[in-house]
Amino acid sequence: MLKDITIGQYFPIDSVIHRLDPRFKIVITLIFIVMLFTGDSVICMGISTVYTIIAVILSRIKLKMFVKSIRPLMPFLIITALLNLLFVSDGDVYFHWKFIKITSDGVNVSVFMIIRIVLLIAGSSLLTYTTSPITLTDAVERLLIPLKRFKFPVHELAMMMSIALRFIPTLIEETDKIISAQKARGAEIDTGSLKNRAKNMVSILIPLFVSAFRRADELATAMECRCYNGGEGRTRLRQLKSATRDYIALSVTVIFFVCVIILNIFI
Amino acid sequence: MDNIIEIRNLHFRYDADGESNTPEVLKGINLDIKKGEFVAILGHNGSGKSTLAKHLNGILTATSGTVTVDGIDTSDESKLFQLRQRAGMVFQNPDNQIVSSIVEEDVAFALENLGVPYPEMRKRVDDALKTVNMYDYRLHSPAQLSGGQKQRVAIAGIIAMRPECIILDEPTAMLDPQGRKEVISAIRKLNREYGITIILITHYMDEASGCDRVVVMDKGRIILDDIPVKVFSQVELLRKIGLDVPQVTELCYSLRGAGLDITPEIISEEECVKALLKLFNEKEYLL
Repeated sequence: MLKDITIGQYFPIDSVIHRLDPRFKIVITLIFIVMLFTGDSVICMGISTVYTIIAVILSRIKLKMFVKSIRPLMPFLIITALLNLLFVSDGDVYFHWKFIKITSDGVNVSVFMIIRIVLLIAGSSLLTYTTSPITLTDAVERLLIPLKRFKFPVHELAMMMSIALRFIPTLIEETDKIISAQKARGAEIDTGSLKNRAKNMVSILIPLFVSAFRRADELATAMECRCYNGGEGRTRLRQLKSATRDYIALSVTVIFFVCVIILNIFI
Repeated sequence: MDNIIEIRNLHFRYDADGESNTPEVLKGINLDIKKGEFVAILGHNGSGKSTLAKHLNGILTATSGTVTVDGIDTSDESKLFQLRQRAGMVFQNPDNQIVSSIVEEDVAFALENLGVPYPEMRKRVDDALKTVNMYDYRLHSPAQLSGGQKQRVAIAGIIAMRPECIILDEPTAMLDPQGRKEVISAIRKLNREYGITIILITHYMDEASGCDRVVVMDKGRIILDDIPVKVFSQVELLRKIGLDVPQVTELCYSLRGAGLDITPEIISEEECVKALLKLFNEKEYLL
């Protein structure tokens, strides 16, 4: 039952977006986010929307998946939009009744807010949908290498991330086993009052922690046996090579971004 | 042939500097292992066999006495990485020694640490995976593999370093019979085809019976050290320290006890059948 949990929700299919260099994808996503919050007019929003739609189509990932990632945030979206609608009081007044006043600016701000957040989620989901978590970690490590100069533990962070990713399935399997074992001993995990269930969670968490620490200890020994000595002087099996398509993708993104900036200044 | 491992009067106890007087785990071990040998170390739980293994690549260092591997003193910290490159170690639980979520990257882990350049690394990783018959799984996640497959990946991760000798600490204890078979045949292949010295720590007698030499440990001492046939024929001594003997040896031993003229120096089913047939034919002749 727990096996269905995946982190990052990567869909391993083949598409132009999947094949892009992960470092470029991260940079492009960052530019995209800045672009979303730069433009403040209908045309700028239109450009960002078109950009997102093109990217989603190229990724060959079903639209359903994006809807799924946006749905849990709907209540939050609606509340923010409503608040903006009611409390922004500049611009022409469209409607006035007692304390409720709806203005043109209020409408603009709330509609833009919704579009921005939807695009933001779609865009960042696109990154995790098309890049496996391990590749993503690797790309982050390489992008952060300049920070090493400021004693930022880039390699250590990436190593921790990749070990965490490696052990997710192992620990999930272990949790399943512990749950079964405790159920067999009469623990009420799916039934009983909320208080009792919470209490019984302890009987799962403690064995899980104990085993996780034991695993960590053994893994550390095994890593040392394989000459692990921190990030100094390491070479890598995974080679990230940028190709022409990466530069094209980056250029296209920059062009869109520049359009948004220019339009924002002149309109 | 030269010795690859030389252990001289090795004593060890945990917490040697501490106040508490912990008992000695190893009480004066002397052992030489030749290049290319396939040695099994047998012993009951707590006999010190795993502790001994941990001395062979510097995870633990001697309280007194010396351990030399391929000319390197294991207490010399400046040569620790050279030592670990020469003496690779495989542990019991494959899940706790695989570092990466992709098989080939895990095999490359040691090489990445040693700073081996990419083309050389690629070749060594592929070779190592082919040696243990896991090349087709190189892009899988370890979570998708069976126990025996995971253990073979762990072994590939060690042989990618091109070690002189491999120490395996109960590598089959957590595996099903199929997985055990796969792992043992991979280890045999490393020994026969690549001449790698193997030190196999186990408590499965049938695994030990195929070795060149069996070392039996009890309470921190070596009590037997001989070829498998000679060791297993000491049925009473082995039983006394809580070890089993292979079933065929036990059968012959019992038959002998019942007054039949059969040698207990038998460790394979084939030998046993031959001996029994011989016995049977002689009887018939007498009748």
